Amino acid sequence: MRIELTEVFWLHEHHALSVNELAELSGLSEAEINELVDYGALTPIDTDAHQRIFAAHCIVPARTARRLRDDFDLNTHGVAVALTLLDRVRDLETQLGDLRARLPRRVS
Amino acid sequence: MKYKDYYRILGVERTADDAAIKKAYRKLARKYHPDVSKEPDGEAKFKEIAEAYMTLKDADKRAAYDQLGAHPPGQDFRPPPDWRREFGDTPFAADDVDLADLFASLRGARQGGHPDSGRMPMPGQDYEVTVHITLEQAFHGTKVDLDLTMPEYDANGILHRAPHAFKARIPKGATDGQRLRLPGKGGKGFNGGRDGDLYINVVLHPHSLYRVSGHDLYLDLPLTPWEAVLGTTVQVPTPNGAVRLKVPPGTQGGQQLRLSKRGLPRPSSGEGDLFALVQIVLPTVTNERERTLFKQLADGSTFNPRGHFDQEVTHAN
Repeated sequence: MRIELTEVFWLHEHHALSVNELAELSGLSEAEINELVDYGALTPIDTDAHQRIFAAHCIVPARTARRLRDDFDLNTHGVAVALTLLDRVRDLETQLGDLRARLPRRVS
Repeated sequence: MKYKDYYRILGVERTADDAAIKKAYRKLARKYHPDVSKEPDGEAKFKEIAEAYMTLKDADKRAAYDQLGAHPPGQDFRPPPDWRREFGDTPFAADDVDLADLFASLRGARQGGHPDSGRMPMPGQDYEVTVHITLEQAFHGTKVDLDLTMPEYDANGILHRAPHAFKARIPKGATDGQRLRLPGKGGKGFNGGRDGDLYINVVLHPHSLYRVSGHDLYLDLPLTPWEAVLGTTVQVPTPNGAVRLKVPPGTQGGQQLRLSKRGLPRPSSGEGDLFALVQIVLPTVTNERERTLFKQLADGSTFNPRGHFDQEVTHAN
Protein backbone atom coordinates (compact mmCIF):
# COMPACT_ATOMS: atom_id res chain seq x y z
CA MET A 1 0.00 0.00 0.00
CA ARG A 2 1.24 3.44 -0.84
CA ILE A 3 1.94 5.50 2.25
CA GLU A 4 1.36 9.15 1.58
CA LEU A 5 2.39 12.04 3.74
CA THR A 6 -0.52 14.20 4.71
CA GLU A 7 -0.27 17.83 5.68
CA VAL A 8 -2.31 18.86 8.68
CA PHE A 9 -4.17 22.06 9.44
CA TRP A 10 -3.97 23.89 12.71
CA LEU A 11 -7.18 24.56 14.49
CA HIS A 12 -6.30 27.95 15.82
CA GLU A 13 -7.35 31.51 15.46
CA HIS A 14 -5.48 32.27 12.23
CA HIS A 15 -8.09 30.56 10.10
CA ALA A 16 -11.61 31.91 9.96
CA LEU A 17 -14.81 30.07 9.11
CA SER A 18 -18.22 31.30 8.02
CA VAL A 19 -21.41 29.97 9.66
CA ASN A 20 -21.90 27.87 6.55
CA GLU A 21 -18.44 26.32 6.72
CA LEU A 22 -18.72 25.69 10.46
CA ALA A 23 -22.09 23.99 9.85
CA GLU A 24 -20.61 21.76 7.19
CA LEU A 25 -17.60 20.78 9.29
CA SER A 26 -19.50 20.21 12.53
CA GLY A 27 -22.72 18.64 11.32
CA LEU A 28 -24.80 21.29 13.10
CA SER A 29 -27.32 23.34 11.16
CA GLU A 30 -26.70 27.07 10.64
CA ALA A 31 -29.78 27.77 12.76
CA GLU A 32 -28.34 25.68 15.60
CA ILE A 33 -25.00 27.49 15.38
CA ASN A 34 -26.72 30.87 15.50
CA GLU A 35 -28.79 29.73 18.48
CA LEU A 36 -25.65 28.51 20.29
CA VAL A 37 -24.10 31.94 19.66
CA ASP A 38 -27.23 33.63 21.08
CA TYR A 39 -26.95 31.45 24.21
CA GLY A 40 -23.26 32.37 24.54
CA ALA A 41 -22.01 28.81 24.02
CA LEU A 42 -20.13 29.64 20.80
CA THR A 43 -18.36 32.94 20.27
CA PRO A 44 -17.76 34.44 16.82
CA ILE A 45 -14.66 36.55 16.23
CA ASP A 46 -16.54 39.81 15.66
CA THR A 47 -19.84 39.79 17.50
CA ASP A 48 -21.07 42.99 15.84
CA ALA A 49 -20.41 41.91 12.27
CA HIS A 50 -23.38 41.19 10.06
CA GLN A 51 -21.85 37.95 8.80
CA ARG A 52 -20.65 35.86 11.72
CA ILE A 53 -17.08 34.62 11.37
CA PHE A 54 -15.61 31.97 13.65
CA ALA A 55 -12.02 31.10 14.57
CA ALA A 56 -11.02 27.63 13.37
CA HIS A 57 -10.75 26.32 16.93
CA CYS A 58 -14.57 26.71 17.19
CA ILE A 59 -14.75 23.45 15.22
CA VAL A 60 -13.93 21.58 18.43
CA PRO A 61 -16.88 22.87 20.57
CA ALA A 62 -19.18 22.81 17.52
CA ARG A 63 -18.40 19.15 16.93
CA THR A 64 -18.85 18.43 20.62
CA ALA A 65 -22.24 20.16 20.37
CA ARG A 66 -23.23 17.93 17.49
CA ARG A 67 -22.24 14.81 19.45
CA LEU A 68 -24.15 15.97 22.54
CA ARG A 69 -27.21 16.70 20.39
CA ASP A 70 -27.12 13.29 18.70
CA ASP A 71 -25.93 11.06 21.51
CA PHE A 72 -27.98 12.53 24.35
CA ASP A 73 -31.02 13.72 22.38
CA LEU A 74 -30.47 17.25 23.71
CA ASN A 75 -32.21 20.31 22.32
CA THR A 76 -30.07 23.33 21.48
CA HIS A 77 -30.57 24.95 24.86
CA GLY A 78 -29.53 21.73 26.61
CA VAL A 79 -26.48 21.52 24.34
CA ALA A 80 -25.59 25.14 25.21
CA VAL A 81 -25.75 24.42 28.96
CA ALA A 82 -23.66 21.24 28.61
CA LEU A 83 -21.15 23.01 26.36
CA THR A 84 -20.74 25.88 28.83
CA LEU A 85 -20.14 23.45 31.69
CA LEU A 86 -17.68 21.38 29.65
CA ASP A 87 -15.87 24.60 28.80
CA ARG A 88 -15.57 25.45 32.48
CA VAL A 89 -14.30 21.95 33.28
CA ARG A 90 -11.68 22.26 30.54
CA ASP A 91 -10.61 25.69 31.82
CA LEU A 92 -10.25 24.33 35.35
CA GLU A 93 -8.31 21.31 34.09
CA THR A 94 -5.97 23.63 32.19
CA GLN A 95 -5.47 25.79 35.27
CA LEU A 96 -4.86 22.68 37.38
CA GLY A 97 -2.33 21.40 34.83
CA ASP A 98 -0.56 24.78 34.82
CA LEU A 99 -0.40 24.83 38.61
CA ARG A 100 0.90 21.26 38.70
CA ALA A 101 3.63 22.23 36.23
CA ARG A 102 4.70 24.97 38.67
CA LEU A 103 4.88 22.58 41.61
CA PRO A 104 8.34 21.21 42.29
CA ARG A 105 8.40 17.49 41.67
CA ARG A 106 11.65 16.66 43.35
CA VAL A 107 11.31 16.80 47.11
CA SER A 108 14.61 16.12 48.79
CA MET B 1 -18.51 -11.42 10.03
CA LYS B 2 -18.25 -11.33 13.81
CA TYR B 3 -21.39 -11.43 15.88
CA LYS B 4 -22.03 -8.72 18.44
CA ASP B 5 -24.70 -9.15 21.08
CA TYR B 6 -26.36 -5.74 21.09
CA TYR B 7 -28.76 -6.74 23.86
CA ARG B 8 -25.95 -7.84 26.12
CA ILE B 9 -23.98 -4.64 25.36
CA LEU B 10 -26.94 -2.56 26.55
CA GLY B 11 -27.63 -4.98 29.41
CA VAL B 12 -31.25 -5.62 28.42
CA GLU B 13 -33.32 -8.74 27.67
CA ARG B 14 -33.99 -9.64 24.04
CA THR B 15 -37.65 -8.96 24.79
CA ALA B 16 -37.01 -5.44 26.19
CA ASP B 17 -39.36 -2.73 24.91
CA ASP B 18 -38.23 0.54 23.31
CA ALA B 19 -38.48 2.47 26.57
CA ALA B 20 -36.24 -0.03 28.39
CA ILE B 21 -33.70 0.08 25.55
CA LYS B 22 -33.66 3.88 25.56
CA LYS B 23 -33.28 4.00 29.32
CA ALA B 24 -30.40 1.49 29.28
CA TYR B 25 -28.68 3.46 26.50
CA ARG B 26 -29.05 6.80 28.31
CA LYS B 27 -27.65 5.39 31.52
CA LEU B 28 -24.62 3.90 29.77
CA ALA B 29 -24.11 7.00 27.58
CA ARG B 30 -24.03 9.18 30.71
CA LYS B 31 -21.35 6.89 32.11
CA TYR B 32 -19.12 6.34 29.09
CA HIS B 33 -19.63 9.19 26.61
CA PRO B 34 -16.13 10.53 25.91
CA ASP B 35 -17.29 14.15 26.17
CA VAL B 36 -18.63 13.79 29.71
CA SER B 37 -16.81 10.78 31.16
CA LYS B 38 -13.31 10.17 32.44
CA GLU B 39 -13.72 6.37 32.42
CA PRO B 40 -10.71 4.59 31.00
CA ASP B 41 -11.71 3.06 27.63
CA GLY B 42 -14.88 5.17 27.78
CA GLU B 43 -14.57 6.02 24.10
CA ALA B 44 -14.38 2.40 22.95
CA LYS B 45 -17.20 1.38 25.29
CA PHE B 46 -19.41 4.23 24.15
CA LYS B 47 -18.82 3.28 20.52
CA GLU B 48 -20.16 -0.21 21.22
CA ILE B 49 -23.10 1.18 23.17
CA ALA B 50 -24.02 3.70 20.46
CA GLU B 51 -23.72 1.03 17.77
CA ALA B 52 -26.05 -1.29 19.69
CA TYR B 53 -28.56 1.50 20.32
CA MET B 54 -28.55 2.75 16.70
CA THR B 55 -29.70 -0.70 15.60
CA LEU B 56 -32.06 -1.64 18.44
CA LYS B 57 -33.89 1.71 18.64
CA ASP B 58 -35.08 1.36 15.04
CA ALA B 59 -37.91 -1.20 14.70
CA ASP B 60 -36.88 -2.33 11.21
CA LYS B 61 -33.19 -2.62 12.01
CA ARG B 62 -34.01 -4.43 15.23
CA ALA B 63 -36.17 -6.92 13.31
CA ALA B 64 -33.34 -7.46 10.84
CA TYR B 65 -30.89 -7.93 13.72
CA ASP B 66 -33.16 -10.41 15.49
CA GLN B 67 -33.39 -12.41 12.26
CA LEU B 68 -29.64 -12.98 12.43
CA GLY B 69 -30.28 -15.22 15.43
CA ALA B 70 -28.36 -15.22 18.70
CA HIS B 71 -24.72 -16.27 18.63
CA PRO B 72 -21.93 -16.03 21.17
CA PRO B 73 -20.25 -12.59 20.92
CA GLY B 74 -17.22 -12.61 18.61
CA GLN B 75 -18.30 -15.76 16.80
CA ASP B 76 -18.00 -15.79 13.01
CA PHE B 77 -21.35 -16.14 11.35
CA ARG B 78 -23.15 -15.50 8.07
CA PRO B 79 -26.62 -14.05 7.76
CA PRO B 80 -29.29 -16.67 6.84
CA PRO B 81 -29.67 -17.12 3.04
CA ASP B 82 -32.88 -15.13 2.66
CA TRP B 83 -31.77 -12.38 5.07
CA ARG B 84 -29.94 -10.43 2.44
CA ARG B 85 -32.95 -10.47 0.15
CA GLU B 86 -35.25 -9.32 2.91
CA PHE B 87 -33.16 -6.64 4.60
CA GLY B 88 -29.82 -6.12 2.93
CA ASP B 89 -30.52 -3.42 0.39
CA THR B 90 -26.79 -2.72 0.21
CA PRO B 91 -24.49 -5.38 -1.23
CA PHE B 92 -21.81 -6.32 1.29
CA ALA B 93 -18.88 -8.65 1.61
CA ALA B 94 -19.95 -11.03 4.38
CA ASP B 95 -16.36 -11.82 5.33
CA ASP B 96 -14.88 -8.42 6.02
CA VAL B 97 -17.87 -6.27 6.77
CA ASP B 98 -18.50 -5.05 10.28
CA LEU B 99 -21.97 -5.50 11.76
CA ALA B 100 -22.00 -1.77 12.54
CA ASP B 101 -21.43 -0.80 8.89
CA LEU B 102 -24.04 -3.26 7.73
CA PHE B 103 -26.75 -1.85 9.97
CA ALA B 104 -25.68 1.72 9.30
CA SER B 105 -26.24 0.99 5.60
CA LEU B 106 -29.76 -0.34 6.19
CA ARG B 107 -32.42 2.25 5.72
CA GLY B 108 -34.55 2.42 8.84
CA ALA B 109 -37.98 3.34 7.45
CA ARG B 110 -39.36 4.33 10.85
CA GLN B 111 -36.42 6.66 11.39
CA GLY B 112 -37.99 9.01 8.91
CA GLY B 113 -35.27 8.14 6.44
CA HIS B 114 -35.64 9.57 2.98
CA PRO B 115 -36.87 6.94 0.57
CA ASP B 116 -34.42 8.16 -2.01
CA SER B 117 -31.50 8.63 0.40
CA GLY B 118 -29.63 6.16 -1.79
CA ARG B 119 -29.11 8.95 -4.31
CA MET B 120 -28.67 11.90 -1.96
CA PRO B 121 -25.12 13.19 -1.44
CA MET B 122 -23.89 11.83 1.88
CA PRO B 123 -20.79 13.34 3.50
CA GLY B 124 -18.19 10.85 4.69
CA GLN B 125 -17.79 10.19 8.39
CA ASP B 126 -15.34 12.26 10.45
CA TYR B 127 -12.84 10.43 12.60
CA GLU B 128 -10.88 11.50 15.67
CA VAL B 129 -7.64 9.94 16.79
CA THR B 130 -5.38 10.68 19.74
CA VAL B 131 -1.69 10.79 18.90
CA HIS B 132 0.91 10.55 21.68
CA ILE B 133 4.19 12.29 20.96
CA THR B 134 7.27 13.03 23.04
CA LEU B 135 8.31 16.51 24.06
CA GLU B 136 11.30 16.26 21.72
CA GLN B 137 8.95 15.42 18.83
CA ALA B 138 6.77 18.41 19.71
CA PHE B 139 9.88 20.58 19.77
CA HIS B 140 11.18 19.54 16.36
CA GLY B 141 7.96 18.46 14.66
CA THR B 142 7.43 14.84 13.68
CA LYS B 143 5.68 12.39 11.40
CA VAL B 144 3.23 9.89 12.82
CA ASP B 145 1.88 6.72 11.26
CA LEU B 146 -1.87 6.46 11.35
CA ASP B 147 -3.71 3.20 10.76
CA LEU B 148 -7.46 3.39 10.51
CA THR B 149 -10.02 0.89 9.35
CA MET B 150 -12.99 2.50 7.67
CA PRO B 151 -16.08 1.17 5.95
CA GLU B 152 -16.13 1.87 2.23
CA TYR B 153 -17.68 0.73 -1.03
CA ASP B 154 -15.36 -0.86 -3.54
CA ALA B 155 -15.51 -0.44 -7.34
CA ASN B 156 -18.40 -2.92 -7.53
CA GLY B 157 -20.40 -1.04 -4.91
CA ILE B 158 -19.75 -3.73 -2.30
CA LEU B 159 -19.55 -2.51 1.31
CA HIS B 160 -16.54 -3.72 3.27
CA ARG B 161 -13.92 -2.60 5.77
CA ALA B 162 -10.70 -1.28 4.35
CA PRO B 163 -7.47 -0.37 6.13
CA HIS B 164 -6.13 3.14 5.58
CA ALA B 165 -2.52 3.79 6.46
CA PHE B 166 -0.89 7.14 6.06
CA LYS B 167 1.66 9.42 7.60
CA ALA B 168 0.70 12.76 9.02
CA ARG B 169 3.19 15.52 9.63
CA ILE B 170 2.79 17.03 13.08
CA PRO B 171 4.40 20.44 12.62
CA LYS B 172 6.56 21.86 15.37
CA GLY B 173 4.54 24.02 17.69
CA ALA B 174 1.93 21.44 18.62
CA THR B 175 1.60 21.06 22.35
CA ASP B 176 -0.54 19.03 24.73
CA GLY B 177 -4.22 19.23 23.75
CA GLN B 178 -3.51 20.67 20.30
CA ARG B 179 -6.13 19.73 17.71
CA LEU B 180 -5.18 19.29 14.08
CA ARG B 181 -7.42 18.68 11.10
CA LEU B 182 -6.66 16.52 8.08
CA PRO B 183 -9.28 17.49 5.51
CA GLY B 184 -10.72 14.66 3.45
CA LYS B 185 -8.87 11.95 5.39
CA GLY B 186 -12.00 10.58 7.07
CA GLY B 187 -14.58 8.26 5.53
CA LYS B 188 -15.41 8.52 1.84
CA GLY B 189 -18.48 10.56 0.90
CA PHE B 190 -21.24 8.91 -1.13
CA ASN B 191 -23.14 10.16 -4.16
CA GLY B 192 -20.93 13.20 -4.50
CA GLY B 193 -20.91 14.09 -0.80
CA ARG B 194 -17.62 15.46 0.55
CA ASP B 195 -15.13 13.11 2.18
CA GLY B 196 -15.03 13.22 5.97
CA ASP B 197 -12.17 14.78 7.93
CA LEU B 198 -9.73 13.30 10.37
CA TYR B 199 -9.07 15.16 13.59
CA ILE B 200 -5.92 14.59 15.57
CA ASN B 201 -5.76 15.28 19.28
CA VAL B 202 -2.12 15.66 20.31
CA VAL B 203 -1.13 14.36 23.74
CA LEU B 204 2.39 14.79 25.09
CA HIS B 205 4.06 11.97 26.99
CA PRO B 206 5.19 13.11 30.44
CA HIS B 207 8.87 14.08 30.41
CA SER B 208 11.35 13.13 33.11
CA LEU B 209 12.74 16.69 33.40
CA TYR B 210 10.25 19.20 32.02
CA ARG B 211 6.63 19.85 32.90
CA VAL B 212 4.55 21.45 30.19
CA SER B 213 2.13 24.35 30.55
CA GLY B 214 0.95 25.46 27.13
CA HIS B 215 4.22 26.26 25.36
CA ASP B 216 6.09 27.04 28.59
CA LEU B 217 8.25 24.47 30.31
CA TYR B 218 9.08 24.09 33.99
CA LEU B 219 12.26 22.49 35.25
CA ASP B 220 13.31 21.86 38.85
CA LEU B 221 16.67 23.48 39.60
CA PRO B 222 18.24 22.11 42.79
CA LEU B 223 20.81 24.43 44.40
CA THR B 224 22.97 24.08 47.48
CA PRO B 225 22.32 26.67 50.23
CA TRP B 226 25.70 28.32 49.53
CA GLU B 227 25.02 28.50 45.76
CA ALA B 228 21.72 30.21 46.54
CA VAL B 229 23.31 32.66 48.98
CA LEU B 230 26.47 33.48 47.05
CA GLY B 231 25.11 33.16 43.54
CA THR B 232 26.58 30.94 40.84
CA THR B 233 26.41 29.97 37.20
CA VAL B 234 24.95 26.54 36.48
CA GLN B 235 24.43 24.50 33.37
CA VAL B 236 20.76 23.66 32.78
CA PRO B 237 19.31 21.37 30.12
CA THR B 238 16.82 22.77 27.58
CA PRO B 239 15.13 20.86 24.74
CA ASN B 240 17.56 22.59 22.38
CA GLY B 241 20.71 21.76 24.37
CA ALA B 242 22.23 22.85 27.65
CA VAL B 243 22.66 26.54 28.45
CA ARG B 244 24.43 28.41 31.22
CA LEU B 245 22.17 30.14 33.69
CA LYS B 246 23.31 32.86 36.08
CA VAL B 247 21.83 32.39 39.54
CA PRO B 248 21.96 35.78 41.32
CA PRO B 249 23.19 35.97 44.92
CA GLY B 250 20.38 35.69 47.46
CA THR B 251 18.15 33.45 45.32
CA GLN B 252 15.29 32.01 47.34
CA GLY B 253 13.79 28.54 47.18
CA GLY B 254 10.63 28.51 45.03
CA GLN B 255 11.86 31.41 42.91
CA GLN B 256 11.42 31.06 39.15
CA LEU B 257 14.37 31.87 36.93
CA ARG B 258 13.13 32.53 33.41
CA LEU B 259 15.03 31.37 30.36
CA SER B 260 13.34 33.43 27.71
CA LYS B 261 12.27 31.61 24.51
CA ARG B 262 13.70 28.28 25.66
CA GLY B 263 10.29 26.58 25.80
CA LEU B 264 8.32 24.90 23.02
CA PRO B 265 7.96 26.68 19.69
CA ARG B 266 4.56 28.26 19.02
CA PRO B 267 2.61 27.41 15.86
CA SER B 268 3.00 30.66 13.93
CA SER B 269 6.05 32.31 15.45
CA GLY B 270 7.93 32.67 18.69
CA GLU B 271 8.58 30.27 21.52
CA GLY B 272 7.39 29.70 25.05
CA ASP B 273 9.74 30.23 28.00
CA LEU B 274 11.53 27.77 30.20
CA PHE B 275 11.24 28.39 33.94
CA ALA B 276 13.82 26.94 36.30
CA LEU B 277 12.19 26.46 39.72
CA VAL B 278 14.77 26.91 42.43
CA GLN B 279 14.89 24.26 45.11
CA ILE B 280 17.38 24.68 47.90
CA VAL B 281 18.57 21.24 48.84
CA LEU B 282 20.43 20.42 52.04
CA PRO B 283 23.18 17.84 52.04
CA THR B 284 21.78 14.63 53.49
CA VAL B 285 25.05 13.65 55.11
CA THR B 286 27.24 16.33 56.62
CA ASN B 287 30.78 15.55 57.58
CA GLU B 288 32.43 16.95 60.67
CA ARG B 289 33.98 19.92 58.86
CA GLU B 290 30.69 20.90 57.24
CA ARG B 291 28.93 20.63 60.58
CA THR B 292 31.54 22.91 62.15
CA LEU B 293 31.09 25.46 59.36
CA PHE B 294 27.31 25.42 59.76
CA LYS B 295 27.78 25.84 63.50
CA GLN B 296 30.00 28.89 62.89
CA LEU B 297 27.35 30.27 60.53
CA ALA B 298 24.64 29.70 63.13
CA ASP B 299 26.68 31.47 65.80
CA GLY B 300 27.64 34.38 63.58
CA SER B 301 24.32 35.03 61.83
CA THR B 302 21.56 37.34 63.05
CA PHE B 303 19.14 36.09 60.42
CA ASN B 304 15.67 35.26 61.77
CA PRO B 305 13.28 33.84 59.15
CA ARG B 306 10.41 33.87 61.68
CA GLY B 307 10.54 37.54 62.56
CA HIS B 308 7.04 38.11 61.23
CA PHE B 309 5.64 35.68 63.84
CA ASP B 310 6.57 38.18 66.56
CA GLN B 311 5.07 41.09 64.63
CA GLU B 312 1.84 39.11 64.25
CA VAL B 313 1.73 38.59 68.05
CA THR B 314 2.30 42.33 68.62
CA HIS B 315 -0.62 43.19 66.31
CA ALA B 316 -2.86 40.74 68.11
CA ASN B 317 -2.13 42.45 71.41
